Amino acid sequence: MMFRRVAMTDLVAYGLILVFTAISFVPLMALVFFIIAKGLPRLDLDFLFSISPSLESGGILAPLFGTLVLTVIALVIAVPISLLAAIYLSEYARKDRWFHLIELTIVNLAGVPSVVYGLFGLGLFVIFFGFGKSIIAGALTMACMSLPLLITVFYQSLRAVPMTLREASLALGASRLATTFRVVLPTALSGIFTGVILATARIAGETAPVLFTVAAYYMPNLPESLSDQAMLLSYHLYAISTQNTGVSDEQKYAVTLVLVGLVLGINLLAIAARAKAKNKISSLV
Amino acid sequence: MTMEDSTNPQPILQVRDLNLFYGEKQVLKKISMEITPHSITAIIGPSGCGKSTLLRCFNRMNDLIENCRVEGSIIFGGKTEINDRKLDVTELRRRIGMVFQRPNPFPKSIYDNIAYGIRVAGKVSKSELDARVEEALRKVGLWEEVSDRLEDSGMALSGGQAQRLCIARTIATRPDIILMDEPTSALDPISTQTIEELILELRENYTVVIVTHNMQQAARISDFTAFLYQGELVEHSPTKIMFTRPAEKRTEDYITGRFG
Amino acid sequence: MLRRGKLVELAIEKVLIRTAGYLAVVILFLILLFILREGAPFFTSYRLDEFILRADWYPLSGRYGMLPLLSGSLLVTAVALIFSVPMAICSAIFISEIAPPVLRNLLKVLLEILASVPSVVFGFIGIVLLGPWLQQLLGIRTGMNALTAGILLAFMALPTIASVAEEALQAVPRSLREASLALGASRMQTILKVTVPAASTGIIAGIMLGVGRAIGETMTVMMVAGGSPQITLSPLEPVRTITGTIAAEMGEVVMGDQHYRALFMLGLLLFLITLGINTLSGVIIDRIRRRQGGRGGQGT
Ligand SMILES: Nc1ncnc2c1ncn2[C@@H]1O[C@H](COP(=O)(O)OP(=O)(O)O)[C@@H](O)[C@H]1O
Ligand SMILES: [Mg+2]
Repeated sequence: MMFRRVAMTDLVAYGLILVFTAISFVPLMALVFFIIAKGLPRLDLDFLFSISPSLESGGILAPLFGTLVLTVIALVIAVPISLLAAIYLSEYARKDRWFHLIELTIVNLAGVPSVVYGLFGLGLFVIFFGFGKSIIAGALTMACMSLPLLITVFYQSLRAVPMTLREASLALGASRLATTFRVVLPTALSGIFTGVILATARIAGETAPVLFTVAAYYMPNLPESLSDQAMLLSYHLYAISTQNTGVSDEQKYAVTLVLVGLVLGINLLAIAARAKAKNKISSLV
Repeated sequence: MTMEDSTNPQPILQVRDLNLFYGEKQVLKKISMEITPHSITAIIGPSGCGKSTLLRCFNRMNDLIENCRVEGSIIFGGKTEINDRKLDVTELRRRIGMVFQRPNPFPKSIYDNIAYGIRVAGKVSKSELDARVEEALRKVGLWEEVSDRLEDSGMALSGGQAQRLCIARTIATRPDIILMDEPTSALDPISTQTIEELILELRENYTVVIVTHNMQQAARISDFTAFLYQGELVEHSPTKIMFTRPAEKRTEDYITGRFG
Repeated sequence: MLRRGKLVELAIEKVLIRTAGYLAVVILFLILLFILREGAPFFTSYRLDEFILRADWYPLSGRYGMLPLLSGSLLVTAVALIFSVPMAICSAIFISEIAPPVLRNLLKVLLEILASVPSVVFGFIGIVLLGPWLQQLLGIRTGMNALTAGILLAFMALPTIASVAEEALQAVPRSLREASLALGASRMQTILKVTVPAASTGIIAGIMLGVGRAIGETMTVMMVAGGSPQITLSPLEPVRTITGTIAAEMGEVVMGDQHYRALFMLGLLLFLITLGINTLSGVIIDRIRRRQGGRGGQGT
């Protein structure tokens, strides 16, 4: 009797856990397949690589290009700065009150809503620096937004480098800086790479920070300078799915597919890179 | 700064009233000792008595530990105060190298492992670099084994080979003193024997200070032995005397295995 | 014994690296500063108490009461939590305690993928799929409402909550589980009565992070929550959130006018709410990590 009852409640618990887990994951997979099925028919080279004379006619080269340029510039700004910040935290900072303040700040920065970053970018870059709504303003905003993610991942990969390697280098008469750049960074490289890819995916998919800083509803040509506005893939999807533009559903799904494919593809790359980084580090200890 | 006077050589290290604290906890207590050049000094004592800590004082590796505080004086080569905050520690560590308990080659090629210390010290020509790498590898008897695969990763070597690589890496910077912290404790008996023979050869050109908790090892290879107990230097004398007629009761108890 | 190049090295270390280290603090400060710079003048022409206490948001008639927007944000977040908390905790339990290693790694990857789906994509799905479907299913006036937004947000907050909860479960010492099993408890009893309670602080921290994520989420709610600035408890009503209001109205305002400044003050409100939530959960997570045993000493 006892045994049966215990087994029954256990079984019910297992069942519930399983059901809720399934609800968490199955829709995601269904969704990806659905988007692929709906978007693929419209997808061809012409759709991807032509500039549309109007919103309805398809041809997403302009938003694709805009997203690419914005992402690259944001990374060029954010990656070196974040790396230096992570180096400070991992290799130089004493673990004192200030360190914890910085740590807490980074956690908080990571939690600041992206639309607030948008307001910040509008206030600082667009208005105060007078960049206007432009690629440079958008990229700087995105760079600020990706700092906490980048610093965190970089910091973790630097910390994962075994202490014994630093000791060996220092004991050979290398300075702290030389140790950092010649031993620690090369060893942490794949982890650092992972962080960069993760940030790439994040920047490419974000919309709210670019609303007020760079995004153009429609442009018949590619941007020519950093002070131009640009169309962006994520904002483009927002525009065509909320405004009554007469854009066909097929085309919307195709844009969604491109955006999802881009972001998920980059993410899978990051996951693969991280697996490699883990292997490398575990072979060291 | 190398010692030429061989009749009654000036000590290469003079430790005076060295106290060391980790936070509030005092780990080294009023240590005074002298290290004779071109000798092998073994530091023995039970685990946790402060052997590694003392060794790391000699090349300021304790700087890496945040809550570590040092008092007292260590004079290197008769004139350089090691505990001088203004001292260039990178220069010091080039003169006083260190080999660690577990072999820790860099994830770089064998060649780059050896060349590392030379390169960070300043620019040298490719031919000189080659020559110094070969010289270092020959001194540790690794040249025959690896000369045809210098580009292979240093991580691919066996434990004993890797430790010899680490010694070669240290030698390549041409130090005066080599500090070794239980360099064979992670190795098998055969590799241990090879390393011990190597250490004996090193005495010709270098001063060696080696921490070991293996008393047979101390007896086999060292000229002098220092016995450390709970942060105090109990006895420091020629190894032969220490192991036959120890002056202190505590030393005798330890080496006859009554505690520790 | 100063070497050549030592000065350059010192400059890099003391100036470049150190400054970068503190950059995060500077940026947080700048965010606050520039939101205030654009927004604070709002209160020269509008009373603070009216902004906080009024129940109507009609910028066209010059009325800026933030209450309906706050209630909209809270309602959507509450709906999201109702769905995502059980989903996330069950997923975390399954991943940490039940799934075999291969499945565990697969699900963790899926969680990350879910976390990376852009929010416009969720919004789009809400518009073309979930909204119309719920409208039909429930026979309601519009599919663009707090429920639709909340369900989508649940999936967006899920990875945050589940991964923190999973980490917390993993941190429960093995010995605790073994003690329970040795006392004759079944595996499921051990999970529910020992492991989960032991991890509860971490799970709560994860939920709080999820709340922060949901409150701050913008595109999805702007696209599917319906957009009526009304105070309601019914999830079937269209609502307007703080984030959605900022994003939707910033495009229509004249720079520098009262409405523009009001939107920045909404931004400040949002910033402060998330700051509070994240600081609190950060402190909790930090405490757990520390209890788990920090970095040890120097070794022998
Ligand atoms: N980083 C540290 N912080 C605090 N205490 C330490 C640290 N490193 C070592 N100790 C303590 O100092 C004492 C001596 O350590 P150590 O020199 O490593 O001993 P040994 O090498 O003789 O085994 C030990 O009690 C150890 O616990
Ligand atoms: Mg030791």
